[in-house]
Amino acid sequence: MKTTQILIAGFGGQGVLFAGKLLAYKGLIEDKNVSWLPSYGPEMRGGTANCSVIISDTPVGSPIVSAPDCLIAMNLPSLLKYKDSVVSGGVIIIDSTLITEKIDRDDVSVYYVPATKMANDEGFSTLANMILIGKLLDACDEFTIDGTEAALEKVIPPRKAEMLGINLKAIKLGYDFK
Amino acid sequence: MAKKVLMKGNEAIAEAAIMAGCRHYFGYPITPQTEIAAYMAKRMPKIGGTFLQAESEVAAINMVYGVASTGKRVMTSSSSPGVALKSEGLSYMAGSDLPGLIVNVQRGGPGLGGIQPSQSDYFMATKAGGHGDFRMIVLAPSSVQEMADLTIKGFDLAEKYRMTSMILADGTMGQMMEPVELNEPEIKEYDKSWAVTGTKMQRKHNIINSLSLIPDELEKLNFERFQRYKQIEENEVMYEEFMMDDAEICIAAFGIAARISKNAIIAAREQGIKVGLIRPITLWPFPTEAFAKAADKVNSFISVELSMGQMIEDVRLATGCKKPVTLCNRAGGMIPSPEQVLEAIVNAAKGGNK
Repeated sequence: MKTTQILIAGFGGQGVLFAGKLLAYKGLIEDKNVSWLPSYGPEMRGGTANCSVIISDTPVGSPIVSAPDCLIAMNLPSLLKYKDSVVSGGVIIIDSTLITEKIDRDDVSVYYVPATKMANDEGFSTLANMILIGKLLDACDEFTIDGTEAALEKVIPPRKAEMLGINLKAIKLGYDFK
Repeated sequence: MAKKVLMKGNEAIAEAAIMAGCRHYFGYPITPQTEIAAYMAKRMPKIGGTFLQAESEVAAINMVYGVASTGKRVMTSSSSPGVALKSEGLSYMAGSDLPGLIVNVQRGGPGLGGIQPSQSDYFMATKAGGHGDFRMIVLAPSSVQEMADLTIKGFDLAEKYRMTSMILADGTMGQMMEPVELNEPEIKEYDKSWAVTGTKMQRKHNIINSLSLIPDELEKLNFERFQRYKQIEENEVMYEEFMMDDAEICIAAFGIAARISKNAIIAAREQGIKVGLIRPITLWPFPTEAFAKAADKVNSFISVELSMGQMIEDVRLATGCKKPVTLCNRAGGMIPSPEQVLEAIVNAAKGGNK
């Protein structure tokens, strides 16, 4: 019986909620119990935004993630706010283009991924979130990259279907980043 | 069986209302329930329904009164301060015996308060929906699936008893997404010979009205209405028991507080503490009997709330103060953590719950 708690945090507009939704749908397709809870309120407009995702073999109780197994930090305020809450043995994934800070904990696995730069270089500047999700699929034992396309089909609306390919490409890029 | 999809609680309410045959929605935007209105604005015009953003909450509830008078399924939704504005209309609907559904996705108060989740409208929903002697059926969902299911149930009960049903949710329930399965509900038909639908010169006209200036007649209406309420108390109580079989401590919690309590209960059981949960699904009628029975078995109760201690009063009434009832709470938009609830359980297990 396994429960994985994920916290994705960054600025409003970085696709934090979308990234969380992708993970939740991936869990749903795999027949897991899932919950997705966004921060809502004034911070969405330019301030910090975050989203709690829980994927579990058993029914999800509280949907609020206070001690994440995995943290994706897309800006410095989010990293500073949540880095100490990550459980021992957990994973922290950092957009190192936007955050130069290093993690001073040795009980967690940390991945510095220059996602924003990689996204800009590839010409899809808005997909740093997907690059980081790709790294998460690689770094967290609970995830595999299989089934990602099916989950993407669920979260990308039909009128934006042409975005599917580059989203997959971004995820693969993050997954393969060493 | 429909396929499971991920939906926000607010969207699940809106879609379920449409599936329940509701074709008239009147509202006014307020966080954290705006997705209900947004969903209705998108869907209603496509299915021949009415979405109308009223000029105020007061206007919206009076539009609900109007449609309800014709016997059609109708709803409005808001959040705490907005629901308070609707209380006059709710009382008028009660006085006119009109069915309708009202959704309150609660936020912290009092006053304008904040926009983060709260359960501090428990009193308003269960005791003081407006002026005068009346009740509303109050349904408290604890999952996105229940947001949908209880919306359908709410419409049914409202028509069955000719009164308003309220969905009492909170910001987390409205904003979170969970898998939900929406199956076409069976819609029961109730007598609506009271509705104002045009007489076609073939029957005496109906009057929908809450004014009654002759005291003994008004008293009679009140007594009759409370006879109906008594039937509801006897027949419509809903609650969930979780790990109560051998429980020595009983938690009382609804909605989001119940979910958090379940985490704490599982953690406490790992420590060998026998604790369970009674989760009211109907807040009115309150599951009085379930708590009364538990009072004969358990040593103490803990009321877990996102408010300053509101439901705790009903737990004390239901248990006749036989056993101590303590409060474990956060307020103002803060949410108790499973750790806080666990601490309250451990304290109760040590006998500190006096």
